[in-house]
Amino acid sequence: MLELTKKLVEAYGPSGFEDQIRELIQAEIASFSDEISVDAMGNLIARKKGDGSGLKVMIAAHMDEIGLMVTHITKKGFLRFTNIGGIRPQTLMGARVQFADGTLGAIYPEKMDSWNSLHPLNKHYIDVGAADKESCPIPIGAAAAFVRPFAVQGDQWMSKSMDDRIGCVIAIESLRRMEHTPHDVYFVFSVQEEVGTRGAQAAANGLQPDVGLAIDVTIAGDTPESQTMAIGLGAGPAIKVKDSGMISHAGLVRKMKATATQAGIPYQLEVLDGGSTDARSMQIAGPGCAAGCISIPSRYVHTQSEIVNANDVENSVRLLVALLSEALDL
Amino acid sequence: MNELLQKLTETAGISGNEIEVRRLISDLIADHVDTWRVDSMGNLIATKNGTGESDLRVLVDAHMDEVGLMITGFDQDGTYKFHPVGGVSERAALGKVVQIGPKKIIGVIGARPIHLLKQEQRKSVVKLESMRIDIGAKSKDEAMGKVKLGDSVTFVTDYEELGEIAIGKAFDNRAGCAALIELLKGESYPFTLVAAFTVQEEVGLRGAGVAAYAEKPDIALVLECTPAYDLPNERDESPNVVLGGGPSIYVMDRGTIQDPRFVAHITRTAADYGIPFQIRQPGGGGTNTAAIQRKSGGIPAATIATPARYIHSPVSMINLNDFANVVKLADGALRNLLPGIFRRNDDLLNDQ
Repeated sequence: MLELTKKLVEAYGPSGFEDQIRELIQAEIASFSDEISVDAMGNLIARKKGDGSGLKVMIAAHMDEIGLMVTHITKKGFLRFTNIGGIRPQTLMGARVQFADGTLGAIYPEKMDSWNSLHPLNKHYIDVGAADKESCPIPIGAAAAFVRPFAVQGDQWMSKSMDDRIGCVIAIESLRRMEHTPHDVYFVFSVQEEVGTRGAQAAANGLQPDVGLAIDVTIAGDTPESQTMAIGLGAGPAIKVKDSGMISHAGLVRKMKATATQAGIPYQLEVLDGGSTDARSMQIAGPGCAAGCISIPSRYVHTQSEIVNANDVENSVRLLVALLSEALDL
Repeated sequence: MNELLQKLTETAGISGNEIEVRRLISDLIADHVDTWRVDSMGNLIATKNGTGESDLRVLVDAHMDEVGLMITGFDQDGTYKFHPVGGVSERAALGKVVQIGPKKIIGVIGARPIHLLKQEQRKSVVKLESMRIDIGAKSKDEAMGKVKLGDSVTFVTDYEELGEIAIGKAFDNRAGCAALIELLKGESYPFTLVAAFTVQEEVGLRGAGVAAYAEKPDIALVLECTPAYDLPNERDESPNVVLGGGPSIYVMDRGTIQDPRFVAHITRTAADYGIPFQIRQPGGGGTNTAAIQRKSGGIPAATIATPARYIHSPVSMINLNDFANVVKLADGALRNLLPGIFRRNDDLLNDQ
């Protein structure tokens, strides 16, 4: 999984511009899926057929990452930008970004009166080395994503865009390992999650599953003076009970806990105050479905150094495979 | 004088009360469409049969509602309290002439004369909730006899042209409606065109989602009017598009990332036809694409807009060449809309 993770987290794919990352994932899953399609919004949908005795299950892991979009080019060739998804200005000074064509840029704020102050996004700019507006290679409307290489240190995996490429890795690996399932399982590698869980909404409206399960990161509360959150790295996948967009289906939570216990997989229970996942969209799409989420504990979410634990990743795969291998009596 | 724009902008139709503008549009399009109906929300949905060359089902949306006011109460002195319907500019409302209800009672959003203002009042913006509409009634009883609670209020603004510039109210989005009507008047498209004149966009994109859910199109194009902000600006920021710069094409706003393949098709069409265009500054705002895009497995959607200064106020300004080019660009993009445009590189990979 290490090599796959490196390949996926380093790939370019801000919300709405997922072509490159989709091609990478599609190549990985081609030989393990019974059917593959790409819907109108760009969701990559891989079907694993069941034996006819189970339910229709949608697994959603989003391919998109947070990024920036160019709004204006100054006369001197600097790029002003707006956010794609949740970008905090604290994460920008000195950050490096890339555009779809590989053009690199550095970010810096305008002059600040004090080092205690913080400029909003619109007082930052990207420098792509252009001499002036006319020679700037990047047009208005172009999307940029952060650049940061993948690193491994012991059990810690560190990179940009663990949110939610690590969910994609878990979905791909589960699809590979799953030998038999009673369920008709649709692995959806969804688009535009970071701008409001939009891709999964369209996919779920199309598929209308009985069960919808998101695989996404959640926030760990095990760092100095962090927000209160009973989630730690290395303590197992987190079974989501509630976040600010969804209350998980109680039967599905019960089933996931029982499956984990039976298989000897450690787990944590997650209640997240701010933020949500594709499960929110799946739950209320079409006639609605039983929705839940397997969350991977992560430190420093929405920065360029998101950290997850290798054991949590492995245990998430085990939990998902075990869950999909048996009847879902909710 | 562009009579279509004149009629459309001088007609009343705030969100939720689009009766007059819908009646006008249905009269204007009746001879050019094969079917039309009004759905339960009030959307006017017409179809124009295609030549049969293409199986695509294409929806073109233009919202017909405008921002306005609604009567919410009566004061002892015979004036009316009101609430905004949609985002009405506070700064621009004071002292303007309005018409109220089906009988079009004329009133004024009263303003204290400058002679009677205290020094600090001259510097501050009057809040919408402390303004009143005055029809000159002498008492609460007289005021209540003429206007009902919930009556719609629109600004009264005559349409005028100054060379290539037009001024009037509600170019947002009667400019879009006019463009869609022009498309319906033209030759048949290769596919059946579904024209949706939608309601309640200004209060949260409420009508278009219902229309898209019922019509299930393969592709959707939204015709809109977007704020131009091209007035003198000290900083090198020049947010957004300029009047006379051509149709504005959306890439991303608060509600939608427009389908990049559709956007590329539109800009390619503009280049092929020699039509100038501008990429609207990505960021805030939103169009009906947000309500349409995520229906039933996803619908590729894009937006072409006429730039206008001073929208959401009693008077706005467009360039008639921009408007004509919106019609030309939308028409060209639709005529050349082949299913292959929506093919992805990775579909090819899948076929192997």
